[in-house]
Amino acid sequence: MKPPLFSYHAPRTTADVIALLGRLENAKLLAGGQSLMPMLNMRYVLPDHLIDLNRVEELRYIRDSDGAIEIGAMTLQRDIEFSEVVQRRCPLMHEAVAQIGHRQTRNRGTLGGSLCHLDPAAELVSVAAVLEAKVSIAGRNGARTLDFAAFPVAYMTPALEPDELLTGIAFPCWRPGHGFAFVEFSRRHGDFAIVSAAALIEEDKHGKLTRVSLVLGGMGPAPLRAHNVEQALIGEKPEEKRLREICETLRSLEAIDDIHAPASYRRQLATVLSRRALLKAHERVVAKEAL
Amino acid sequence: MSETRRIAVTVNGACREATVPVRVTLADFLREELRLTGTHLGCEHGVCGACTVLLDGLSARSCLMLAVQADGREVTTVEGLASDRKVLHPLQQAFHDHHGLQCGFCTPGILMTLVELLRDNPNPTEDDIRIGISGNLCRCTGYQNIIVAALDAAKRLRAAAAAP
Repeated sequence: MKPPLFSYHAPRTTADVIALLGRLENAKLLAGGQSLMPMLNMRYVLPDHLIDLNRVEELRYIRDSDGAIEIGAMTLQRDIEFSEVVQRRCPLMHEAVAQIGHRQTRNRGTLGGSLCHLDPAAELVSVAAVLEAKVSIAGRNGARTLDFAAFPVAYMTPALEPDELLTGIAFPCWRPGHGFAFVEFSRRHGDFAIVSAAALIEEDKHGKLTRVSLVLGGMGPAPLRAHNVEQALIGEKPEEKRLREICETLRSLEAIDDIHAPASYRRQLATVLSRRALLKAHERVVAKEAL
Repeated sequence: MSETRRIAVTVNGACREATVPVRVTLADFLREELRLTGTHLGCEHGVCGACTVLLDGLSARSCLMLAVQADGREVTTVEGLASDRKVLHPLQQAFHDHHGLQCGFCTPGILMTLVELLRDNPNPTEDDIRIGISGNLCRCTGYQNIIVAALDAAKRLRAAAAAP
């Protein structure tokens, strides 16, 4: 239960990180260490080089830019949790981050670390999916941006080349007064969710839904966007009975079957948590869109 | 041959310098190199919380950090709570008074977690404390007396802060 032998590098700039990634074979990037350190201790990963990003200050920021919140990859989950800007402009993320692990892990864990580790039940992965975030990636061939939907390429595998790193994420903000909810089910507080549901909605002045985004976490290798439910909900009033009918269609989804829960149980959770998230989001709608 | 680095860490107020292998965790550095064995190691993969210390005032799992990452930073361990070694910290005293421990293995981690919690939230509810220590596993107490002790410690700390 001790980390294996490796060479340690502690660069100060993104450019230095990229140079190291280009030069070193079998290198691994260390962000907050709340997933990679256990994997090192258990010898699940055996890197020859560990590149510690914790001293790269330029990767830590929360910016309120036009229509989006931009967050640096090495920003602590703790700093997102206590950010006034995030709470005001993107309350869904505030609610989700408070459900990540424990205080001790949020004090060290980072946004970029969680997104690159890409656990299918991770809160921030679902948040990025439901908000249609854009990820910024830097490498030897320059910088590029990617829709988050294209970021997971396989189970726990992000769309990053060996010489690239995630530098920042832009989360588009919804209209002030929109409805939001992040609900998850786990056996103990702070555990990874078995299934989670993230919902964002906007309503018109008659209480009819004009915009919906719904994502389920923990169902498959990547967060699952419930497009059929979203489309079925447009123009509807989000009343419990109607939500129950529409969310029931989620029972036909594919779901993973593992030691934590059988697929049928995950499908049951998907229907129940989606309904709860949409109802909670509806109760929180403040601003009704003008006709 | 294991790669090493020279580091300087402020531990419980004193600057400690050492040459450490880069793969050594902060927990092992505290226990093996500095002989501060109050920080306990349970699971060594970030689940049990026994190794919790304060890093620049924020609780963190010392088994999930390398000692080299603490270079230039400030670490507080359970040994740093009762500063003169004669008078217990009010939180420790409350644990003593309310039997907030049985075997005591998880206690250092729980104390360090609660020091941060009570500093940031001097008037916590029982739920705040239950959620606050949800990352610390105790296999003896059923948590009941830990909660009682933590609530009483909060009261004592508030009274001390209000005293002239």
